Amino acid sequence: MNIVVLVKQVPDTGAERTLSEADHTLDRESADPVLDEINERAAEEALTLKETVGADVTVVSMGPDSALDAVRKVLAMGADRGIHISDDRLRGADVVTTARVLAAAVRTVDDVDLVLAGDATTDGQAGAVPAAVADLLRLPPLTHARELTVDAGRVRVERETESGETTLDAPLPALVSVTEKINEPRYPSFKGIMAAKKKPVRTVGLDDLFPDADTAGHLVTRTRVVEAVPRPARAAGIRVTDDGSAGRRLAEYLIAQKLV
Amino acid sequence: MPDVLVLVDHDGERVHKSTYELLRAARRLGDPAAVVVGTPGTAARLRDALARHGARRVYAAESTEADEFLGTPAVDALERAVLDLAAEAASPAAVLVSATTAGTEVAGRLAARLDAGLLIDAVDLDPSGVATQIVFGGSCTVRSQVTHGIPVIALRPGSFEPEEHPVEAAELQLTLPPVDPAASARVTARRAAVAGDRPELTEAAVVVSGGRGVGGADGFKVVEELADALGGAVGASRAAVDAGYYPHRYQVGQTGKSVSPQLYIALGISGAIQHLAGMQTSRTIVAVNKDPEAPVLDLADYGVVGDLFAVAPRLTREVAARRSTG
Ligand SMILES: Cc1cc2nc3c(=O)[nH]c(=O)nc-3n(C[C@H](O)[C@H](O)[C@H](O)COP(=O)(O)OP(=O)(O)OC[C@H]3O[C@@H](n4cnc5c(N)ncnc54)[C@H](O)[C@@H]3O)c2cc1C
Repeated sequence: MNIVVLVKQVPDTGAERTLSEADHTLDRESADPVLDEINERAAEEALTLKETVGADVTVVSMGPDSALDAVRKVLAMGADRGIHISDDRLRGADVVTTARVLAAAVRTVDDVDLVLAGDATTDGQAGAVPAAVADLLRLPPLTHARELTVDAGRVRVERETESGETTLDAPLPALVSVTEKINEPRYPSFKGIMAAKKKPVRTVGLDDLFPDADTAGHLVTRTRVVEAVPRPARAAGIRVTDDGSAGRRLAEYLIAQKLV
Repeated sequence: MPDVLVLVDHDGERVHKSTYELLRAARRLGDPAAVVVGTPGTAARLRDALARHGARRVYAAESTEADEFLGTPAVDALERAVLDLAAEAASPAAVLVSATTAGTEVAGRLAARLDAGLLIDAVDLDPSGVATQIVFGGSCTVRSQVTHGIPVIALRPGSFEPEEHPVEAAELQLTLPPVDPAASARVTARRAAVAGDRPELTEAAVVVSGGRGVGGADGFKVVEELADALGGAVGASRAAVDAGYYPHRYQVGQTGKSVSPQLYIALGISGAIQHLAGMQTSRTIVAVNKDPEAPVLDLADYGVVGDLFAVAPRLTREVAARRSTG
């Protein structure tokens, strides 16, 4: 089967994130980019399928030059080929543009059976992108999968969200987004890293993906930031050391605050 | 006034509180029009409750298979409603959904179909359509506006206080296209998350969370008992989830849920930046930690240095006593 994995580079989550002064987009240069952890798990799932049922795995990443590192890392983990979507005009792309561009990249791969993605990236797009990509490709969206089974042309996932657990079923081709609990991603081996250097990576831009669109037709974002302000850090309030009475005093505090 | 479409969250019998919040927010922009997606008869059951909260129109987008597919019927219904209104030259001012996991996905799919601007996880909305979002783990407030298409806005549950505003509601039928099974995910089994009477994590006014310091699945009883005494929901840190103390769907933080309750109580949680990202917009934060150096104590409104197994049960008893007398 043919699998496409969508991965994304994000600023290191341990680091502080800031908005750029100039245009209020995420200042990606200010933090070290790393392959988003959840995306590594999507890649791991694809590579597990490659080993168990046989698959050709294409990894796709959209972003500046550093996104190529994300592609290389997944190639080193064992994927077969990569597509790096790189275009200066995509800076500040919104959810809809991101989804359109990713969907267009998936369409360049022949006979795709399964698209895999992380269910949320840790830098703010809140999980809407995979569902939007599926909708644009008219693929069933099996999102927030904690468990994934592919069998006899169908895919089944166990989905877990705040409103409960559900089992989802759909025919292939389909899109699955995975949660951070689905697996433990492998580390690339030295051999894998060396082999990755020889694997094919295609770099494409907007003009390759949308040859018929006129340049002016490329909307990058449909929203505008009116204002961005840092929030004041929270300050510590009352501090007590328990001497046996803290539970009672805390209750009194909550009652005084009308929280009980 | 233009219509503002509101996607109704419900369980077939009852409208979820998050929908009343959307209706209140919608009134700032125009006339709320509630879209009920469900099996036949659902809209009729929910109509009075929706009218009491200001819905002037209730769209019944009903079909026998509406509950069988993930998200698709809701996206289809909202798209249909937008296109119908646009055909009457009465395009809606916005489409509002709850920024739950399912709602966010519906919003993303709808915006992609409509080529429209999308604002996710808004905590406030002003009459001109400018939405406020809190980004980067609570460190930045951003106000944004949609500049293209019909604004699709996902509002964070708990951001608006529901308010009754009784009006007459007209019920309208919205015909759903048949679901294409090759482009949809079928729900074949469902297990609800909400145990007993506990409120949903993202909607609760009080959240009591446990971390690695709780020490095990058994220890979470202490967390649950305090949550129940306060009428709150239970949350967990990722370390507690990873250790198997509590299910993943209760995880609070950057890769879990974002919550902003009136009261957040952190028990045995150190306060890593990724945990704070999901709770630091809570109104009041209380932390119990035996390590005086734990970062969570630096931002707690009330911090207790002590053993959670001593402090929490005592607090539970005090609260229960107060509740039974007060
Ligand atoms: C990409 C990424 C995403 C992440 N996403 C999340 C996320 O969504 N949510 C999240 O929570 N974390 C997340 N993390 C993990 C985060 O960095 C921390 O590891 C995690 O939050 C720690 O959980 P904890 O506070 O329960 O555990 P610890 O840091 O181990 O803290 C346990 C605390 O309990 C205290 N304690 C122990 N016993 C007692 C007792 N008897 N009474 C009182 N106090 C006691 C200790 O003093 C300590 O402070 C993420 C990390 C990464 C890299």
